[in-house]
Amino acid sequence: MNTRLFLAKLIDILLPVLAMVVALVVGVLLLFLLGTDPFEAYSALIRGALGNVSGITQTLTKATPLLLVGLGICIAFRGGVINIGGEGQIVVGALAATAFGVGFGNMPALILLPLTLISGAAAGLIWGGIPGLLKARLGVNEILTTVMMNQIALRLMNFLLRGPLLDPEHVAAGTSIPQSAALPESIWLPRLVPRTLFHGGAILAVLLALAVYFLLWRTTIGYRIRAVGLNPHASRYAGIPVAKYVTLSLALSGMLCGLAGAVEVLGVHHRMLEGLSGGYGFSGIVAALFGKLHPLGAIPASALFGALLVGADKMQRAVQVPSALAIALQGLVVLFVVSSDLYVRRRTRRRVGDDGSAGPPATEGGTRDAVAEA
Amino acid sequence: MLRRIRILTLIFLLLLAGCGRSDDNGDGEVNGEGKPFRIAIIMPSSTTDIAWSQSMFDSLIAVQAEMGGEDALKIAYSEGMFRVTDASAAIRDYASEGFDLVIAHGAQYGNSVFEVATDFTETSFAWGTSSDTGADKGIENVFAYGAVANEGGYVNGVVAAMLSQNDVIGVIGPVAGDAKLYIDGFVKGVNDVKPHAQVNISYTGSFSDTTLAAEAAHVHIQAGADVLTGSAQQVVGAIGVASENDVAWLGTQSDQISLGPDVVVTNQIYNWANVVTDMISKIEKGELGGTAYSLTFANDGLRLEFNENIEIADEVKAAARTAIEDIKSGDVDPVLIEEDK
Amino acid sequence: MDELFTISTLIGILHSCVRLATPYLFASLGETFGQRSGVLNLGVDGIMLMGAFFAFYAVFEGHNLWVGVLVAIVVGIMMGLLKAFVSVTMQSLQGISGIGLYLFGLGLSSLLFKTLIGSVEGVSGFRQLAIPLLSDIPGLGHILFNHNALVYLAYLMVPVSWFVINRTTLGLKIRAVGHNPEAADTLGVSVNGVRYTTLMIGGALAAVAGASLSIGLQNVFQENMTNGLGFIAVALVYFGSWRTVGVLGGSLLFSLVNALQLWVQALDIPVPSEVAVMMPYIMTIVVLAFTARQIQKPAALARSYERGE
Repeated sequence: MNTRLFLAKLIDILLPVLAMVVALVVGVLLLFLLGTDPFEAYSALIRGALGNVSGITQTLTKATPLLLVGLGICIAFRGGVINIGGEGQIVVGALAATAFGVGFGNMPALILLPLTLISGAAAGLIWGGIPGLLKARLGVNEILTTVMMNQIALRLMNFLLRGPLLDPEHVAAGTSIPQSAALPESIWLPRLVPRTLFHGGAILAVLLALAVYFLLWRTTIGYRIRAVGLNPHASRYAGIPVAKYVTLSLALSGMLCGLAGAVEVLGVHHRMLEGLSGGYGFSGIVAALFGKLHPLGAIPASALFGALLVGADKMQRAVQVPSALAIALQGLVVLFVVSSDLYVRRRTRRRVGDDGSAGPPATEGGTRDAVAEA
Repeated sequence: MLRRIRILTLIFLLLLAGCGRSDDNGDGEVNGEGKPFRIAIIMPSSTTDIAWSQSMFDSLIAVQAEMGGEDALKIAYSEGMFRVTDASAAIRDYASEGFDLVIAHGAQYGNSVFEVATDFTETSFAWGTSSDTGADKGIENVFAYGAVANEGGYVNGVVAAMLSQNDVIGVIGPVAGDAKLYIDGFVKGVNDVKPHAQVNISYTGSFSDTTLAAEAAHVHIQAGADVLTGSAQQVVGAIGVASENDVAWLGTQSDQISLGPDVVVTNQIYNWANVVTDMISKIEKGELGGTAYSLTFANDGLRLEFNENIEIADEVKAAARTAIEDIKSGDVDPVLIEEDK
Repeated sequence: MDELFTISTLIGILHSCVRLATPYLFASLGETFGQRSGVLNLGVDGIMLMGAFFAFYAVFEGHNLWVGVLVAIVVGIMMGLLKAFVSVTMQSLQGISGIGLYLFGLGLSSLLFKTLIGSVEGVSGFRQLAIPLLSDIPGLGHILFNHNALVYLAYLMVPVSWFVINRTTLGLKIRAVGHNPEAADTLGVSVNGVRYTTLMIGGALAAVAGASLSIGLQNVFQENMTNGLGFIAVALVYFGSWRTVGVLGGSLLFSLVNALQLWVQALDIPVPSEVAVMMPYIMTIVVLAFTARQIQKPAALARSYERGE
């Protein structure tokens, strides 16, 4: 590998960071609108996300669910389906984990912890698997189902947190805070830095990133998922049961989102409450994009996007701007990062001997037709 | 060539980012002499939600004005903290920046408050809706607050019953089980005046679905309701519909009269100012927590405002005032007792 | 339960349904244009919010209601241009760029609201406008012809959209570009030009959808007042299989179930409200699962096109 190629690759990798910086520079316009000093605002952003132990741990805490959701999104995109349902899958995952962890609270921790995580993952798997099945068997578009199932999940949560899952202590005390009872302390994920929220779920998420990479590029199942994503017609002629792999990629995607919900419960809140997710389903999609829809890329990418979110909150506090500014800036960042991809693709085409893993998948293209024909 | 430009751009931007990082030492520190009291508030929705969050924000601004402006009271706010993790970070951040009082304005923030409060025992915290100051956990620096919303609900219910000619009244709630105090009080108030009046309650299943709330208002009106009320930030849409159809609206939480100057008859307002003022004076005396406040008519935490712009029959006003006095004196218990169905 | 089946209640339910469908119709028809030309725009909700804000702001500042609609249209076209630039010229992944557009619109509309208006205020919006004679038809008249002008406009857009897509040269180009951009390009159709056009149309309609809330149905602006309505609108395009009539059907079905659940609750019919509020979403999935036919979708949907590939 010569220097030129190395530099080119380096730029490819750093491109999301670059695009993010350019977006923030454009965002200065918004800051002028508010009459805020951009330097002060952005220095607060950087300081808030990376300036000290508290900022860094907040960033990593936020990156954990983003990474898990992002991994799910990677699988879905590689399989040629779009999963907009991360939000609902996180919620049902968290609900199921809570129900199990509270319900079987007297089990030994060594058994209870994995089972709690598994019930969260299983709920997500079902919540993602239903759109998968409906798409594969009945040709119902997954964007429609996942959007609708997000709403169903939220309403299910509203009901459960005010009914069956409501903390009995609160019922007894007559207060009606919509949250569940706490899970047994023995299965709380350990806090990695004391006096912060940074918890062991981060390690689990990184391990799962490796596992997803292995699954997608080192196993037959992964190869088939990617093949179906790239070209469903050819896959069908090659004898791959397309419908099955469409269902599988959505179900696996949902499973990882469900796990994200369970990890948030076990690591951060130790119970289920409203406001557990609030948009991780979308943010995870963005994190996956920053990582070029590659499971290993998603690791730094989720940290980067987590830093942006945490920093933006700090910016709000430091210069007292409406929270909407942070949202608008995120939007700009996403638009710039997603646009910057063009340069990578243009160069990738010119380059010979690319490893093939960096190219974007043919998103959602054609799977439905192939399924329909199957 | 193109590549070189890109690399140069990269370096430039990194420098830019670097500058941004290096010149910010010094701010965020506490100033020394004659320093103002510093309050930080974290709220789940926007300062302009015309409901729960705004009620506290407006009260804080009022307290600030009374104390003599920014020099006496500094307010820092974080809005839109619907994600509990973000709120938790904000609470910790404010505590470490040395704020005198950190208000976590949401019941969902309770765990975070207690967790941070044990780490920052010199800082005072407050949260609500709750009555739990953590005293049983040995925590001494947390205040709790809540509104006895059923009191205002009851009075609004009395007003609704007096105003209604069809004897049909519509209630638009957010999520079943939420806003229960207000709605229960409201139904009791209606029943005490007109036992046979019909109160139709519908929930939108969301706190912010203004579209569905607006349609719910239409539905209530078509089903015969001539007085409406509702709760949560979603009601703005419903008030618009009430205005259009000239149907009376009874507001709660924040001042909603501006939204329907011709139809909002009464407004229950959460006035947190006294609570905040009392917390400040306690903290200045070194008492950092332990008190659970609740807004009632008796302590002027709840206020019932009449819309000055519209004619309200004297007997309605009188009935409302009597109801308030009855609640204050304890003659009326504004809690609905569920009958067996 | 009997109460639900009285004539006046049924009329009430259908009346609600017709009105509720308004924003969905505008937004979904707009999205249909984009998708027929091969571009998925998930950012509809963001455009709606921008449209809702600017229409409201214009009226709040004392301008005519139709000026408000016009301002919304201009803003919608600009948002459509932004989307087109990112996903057509820059060939970005369409699903994700839509999320960027959504966040941008959500944030910017709230920010402008906070800086320009600052508190939730009401305006006097479009009033109910009973159409003479037609609104006198018993039952049907109230259901169909007793609404505000934007509601009628939404339904008018159904045949208009159908005509544009199926009976005009532009429509032919849209369909060609959506089905096979390479072939369309060979025949001299500007693929990017057509996609820019459809996205601007889609943006304009989404913005009017927003305006229909802020100066038509609710007469107020609040941050994030669409509450995800734009995402439902995108979903309804799939429900309608990219056909205008299908989109109409989807919007009506979704709104009907919503109207029904509101009425069921208001009439105190013993259905738990927890179940009632889920029904519209469940029913939409269930109905589509039973009726989904294998309709050819725009083959190039969500795929970028670059000449000489």
